[in-house]
Amino acid sequence: MDFLLTNVLAITWQQLVMYAVGIILIYLAVKKEYEPSLLLPMGFGAILVNLPNTGVINQTLTGIGETNGIIQWLFEIGIEASEALPILLFIGIGAMIDFGPLLSQPIMFLFGAAAQFGIFAAVVFATLVGFDLKDAASIGIIGAADGPTSILVSQMLKSNYVGAIAVAAYSYMALVPIIQPFAIKLVTTKKERQIKMPYNPKNVSKATRIIFPIAVTFVAGLVAPTSVALVGFLMFGNLIRECGVLASLSDSAQNQLANLITLLLGITIAFSMRAEAFVNINTIMIMGIGLLAFVFDTIGGVLFAKFINLFRKEKINPMIGAAGISAFPMSSRVVQKMALKEDPTNILIMHAAGANVSGQIASVVAGGLLMSLVSNYL
Amino acid sequence: MVNMTNVMIALNMMWKGMLGIFVVIILVMLIVMLLTKITQEKPASEQNQDQK
Repeated sequence: MDFLLTNVLAITWQQLVMYAVGIILIYLAVKKEYEPSLLLPMGFGAILVNLPNTGVINQTLTGIGETNGIIQWLFEIGIEASEALPILLFIGIGAMIDFGPLLSQPIMFLFGAAAQFGIFAAVVFATLVGFDLKDAASIGIIGAADGPTSILVSQMLKSNYVGAIAVAAYSYMALVPIIQPFAIKLVTTKKERQIKMPYNPKNVSKATRIIFPIAVTFVAGLVAPTSVALVGFLMFGNLIRECGVLASLSDSAQNQLANLITLLLGITIAFSMRAEAFVNINTIMIMGIGLLAFVFDTIGGVLFAKFINLFRKEKINPMIGAAGISAFPMSSRVVQKMALKEDPTNILIMHAAGANVSGQIASVVAGGLLMSLVSNYL
Repeated sequence: MVNMTNVMIALNMMWKGMLGIFVVIILVMLIVMLLTKITQEKPASEQNQDQK
């Protein structure tokens, strides 16, 4: 009967912790609906990869030799080789985004840029607690509030903490409705939160919508070449959407492609959630720094809006700055909800949506810039 | 153990990174403003005058 108990007796306490982590992620996904498309596969994958001698990762069997595991294979091909899974997902994300609210109010571009401040603040915090540069940069990118960007940057920088970074990024994206109101109230007054903004959008022609993704790719690619994979595929997806002659491809990108990749991405990332890599004090520190990244993103965006107001007669509601993080559409809805709470007649959703989609572009540019800046110092 | 060299590098990356993001975003914003101006449709009243 010993052969039946061998694996049960081989379970370590770290693996038990990972079973608990997996179950918590599944619970958050199902019961609380926190980013279920990623947290559920990650949670289940965390259980799969932490069963002793699990067949989902490569094993050496006595008398047989090396056997290949499916999750390890998916990770090596889909993420380690060329970060294919997150990059291909960006085609779907680009096809889903309507940049109209941003193109009709170009000033909103600036808030997407300002709200990336938390990325770099988090890099500084990470170095202060002792992480080396590549790990600090990988942790900092949690502040991009974008799962694929976080996975791609941490993987390209060969961070040892890809799993913890992915869990932190997706968890905090789901917690935006809790994190952002707290951070916004720290740096604004009630009067500022009640500022009303008229909505007078400029007309956006079809030509502008088509030229926009091409122009962004050129500009971002020339300033930060390492961002071309991210920005380029995001804009490729958007171009497919806006060109008007590829409706079925756009539909496939938004639905089948995005769903297929999402289906595999979460369970593939679980390869980096093996107990020996995940269960240590660094994971807790990464969770803490990731939270600070989101808080400082919000504060950065809000303070920038207040700075802009020094030069404007028509004031901008500073909460719009907070909508500049890449968590779309959650962040813009949070800002709208807070505005309505202060004044039930204050409609800010279109302004917030503009800032929010700007954050999508700014976050991938930030990811590319961070990779090229770090590589200069390594 | 805090490596102050890394902290200084991180602060350096902070200003360079934020500057880089703003440069890209401002360039894109200016391009969008220019495109909007060039490709804007004429107001309806002007179109009616043209047809007369």
